[in-house]
Amino acid sequence: MAEKNLLLGDEALALGALHAGLSGVYAYPGTPSTEITEYIQAHTLTRERNVHCSWSGNEKTAMEAALGMSFAGKRALVCFKHVGLNVAADPFMGSAMTGANGGLVIASCDDPSMHSSQNEQDSRFYGAFAMMPVFEPSNQQEAYHMARAAFDYSEKRRIPVLFRLTTRMSHSRAVVEADDKLRDQNPLKYPENPRQWVTLPVNARVRNRQLIKDYATFEEDAVVSPFNFFKDGKDHSMGVIACGIAYNYLMENCPDGCPYPVLKVSQYPFPWELARKMASMVKTILVLEEGQPLVEERLKGVLPTGITVKGRLDNSVNRDGELTPDAVRAALGLPALPQPAASQVVAPRPPALCVGCGHRDFFTALNNVLKDYKDAKVFGDIGCYTLGWMPPFQALDTCVEMGASVTMAQGSAYAGTWPSVAVIGDSTFTHSGMTGLLDAVNTNADIVVCISDNLTTGMTGGQDSAGTGRLEAICEGLGVPREHIRTIVPLPKNYPDMEKVIREEIEYHGVSVVISRRECIQTLKRHAKK
Amino acid sequence: MKKDIILAGVGGQGILSIATVIGSAALQQNLHLKQAEVHGMSQRGGDVQSNLRLSSEPIFSDLIPKGGADLIVSLEPMEALRYLPYLAPDGWIITNTAPFVNIPDYPDMERVKAELARWPNVVALDVDTVAKDLGNARGANMVLLGAMAAVLHILEPEALREGIRRIFARKGDVIVENNIKAFDAGLAFSQNCK
Repeated sequence: MAEKNLLLGDEALALGALHAGLSGVYAYPGTPSTEITEYIQAHTLTRERNVHCSWSGNEKTAMEAALGMSFAGKRALVCFKHVGLNVAADPFMGSAMTGANGGLVIASCDDPSMHSSQNEQDSRFYGAFAMMPVFEPSNQQEAYHMARAAFDYSEKRRIPVLFRLTTRMSHSRAVVEADDKLRDQNPLKYPENPRQWVTLPVNARVRNRQLIKDYATFEEDAVVSPFNFFKDGKDHSMGVIACGIAYNYLMENCPDGCPYPVLKVSQYPFPWELARKMASMVKTILVLEEGQPLVEERLKGVLPTGITVKGRLDNSVNRDGELTPDAVRAALGLPALPQPAASQVVAPRPPALCVGCGHRDFFTALNNVLKDYKDAKVFGDIGCYTLGWMPPFQALDTCVEMGASVTMAQGSAYAGTWPSVAVIGDSTFTHSGMTGLLDAVNTNADIVVCISDNLTTGMTGGQDSAGTGRLEAICEGLGVPREHIRTIVPLPKNYPDMEKVIREEIEYHGVSVVISRRECIQTLKRHAKK
Repeated sequence: MKKDIILAGVGGQGILSIATVIGSAALQQNLHLKQAEVHGMSQRGGDVQSNLRLSSEPIFSDLIPKGGADLIVSLEPMEALRYLPYLAPDGWIITNTAPFVNIPDYPDMERVKAELARWPNVVALDVDTVAKDLGNARGANMVLLGAMAAVLHILEPEALREGIRRIFARKGDVIVENNIKAFDAGLAFSQNCK
């Protein structure tokens, strides 16, 4: 099977997982993780082997379903973007306590530089937090092989493995040789340690002590991991620790090989023993890591005094944002390549809602109504429609995380805001808005929840949305009065009707839902082609 | 040999189809390749770029260093200028001249043209019109691919034509042939410029 493929890092992981005998992928779309699941959904092996691959309602339900599959002895993969791990944090932390039965790999894709995200949190902290091993491939080929290694490790040590990718790994393509032998899926087989799966305090205390011991073993494993290595260099004026893809930027700048001792790390817990070895040879260590300074910060507490640690904290490399070959070049003390000056002619071109998008017509109508309510506040949410904050609409006052529109509108309404309007997409609503709407019903909050329903998960490229066709029924089931669940079709010719409906629901002092429904024009174009 | 290429444009213009054809040709020729793409929010009508690296030797970084690009290939003239600091001093700019105006403060076209003209190695052509004249309005990106083929060197034009045939095969012979014609029109323009 030594076929050569041109694969994204996401796809390399997906193919590696399929070849390793995957039984199910559980995921919620999120940039830059989406293509892992999409690749599995499109693969012939998925159909042949009946691999579960439909999207989950959110990252928490995905993580829990995968844990259930692992409990039953089969191999499961969970995928989400870094902030999705926050949503899944409860079952994620719990899974370190239950441990894994069938191999369980959790792929969390970080987005340093926030290309399409609201923060640049580094998932490796979650690994240390949960006492879970973390795998972080440095290139696409390694991502393919590491997928199997992660499942093997998970089954050998009976622990879920956090698999960390970052944007430049997830969304960069390279030639990958898919040479692993296709392996059978696991049979149904329940855990040998059933008590561990019931995390009552009496069991959890026992398990916690075991996990602490295991974590030391994981660190010993990392010292001898084939994905980590220490390589001495002729020049002992400095040593370099390069984690994950940072290793590529280091080697890019050292075409004749790195002159300094190098510690390349792709498997955690961090192998501190190897860092101590380096510290016995050099007085200065440069830490290159994509994301936040996790290794750099902890290294200082591990090394003997008198060793200077350089990295993001002392601005040897940029404190925030992703690494670049240029930033690493400067940190190595190399001069920049000659380069032209930036053009003074170029204007910024921020992303915008598509021409013809239904969100546009919804915002136009909403803005027209709110001209008459100067104190109105509009609580936004996560999706394409967040672009409604930008000109020409400037229609949103907040955007924080998935589902926050519905609940922040309630808190603000209670504090005295009126009108208090939430704007949320259909997929985000079923992801995390429904529970908030139940709160609103239970307190009879004076809010208008506008669901801008484009019948898909638009921002990530048009994945199925969990509540399509059932939003009215869901809202009614949660207790919103039927007469205050209103549906409008966002088109310019409908502005008068749309505005009338929005105005009436603002004037109603209770919970109302306005569903503005028209298919995403991107998915519409795709459906028209078929 | 190695070639570092910045592909630029506006989200939705189709720079990734250019990358897909080059990728297919590179794979066939056993070249090493890395191609960093843009997905997600930025795709919505904003500026997009892809770092495409081809080499006979292994490639480490997915990103091209500033001053390192051999070519900037852009489906939009102002977008070509956005990445100037990435261009090597002897690098080429291959760009569409038809502006994509979706922002209120798009610069005066004369200034954009003047700035492009300052660069020694430029191939500038209106790929939208060339494609339209060929009756293949959607083939503008293949015209641009043809225009860059004249200075790409690491892949021969025929290898790229083969790439077009492979990538568009499932869309039928007519689309393949139209795209080859678009490619050849771009190639001819570029060869006459040199």
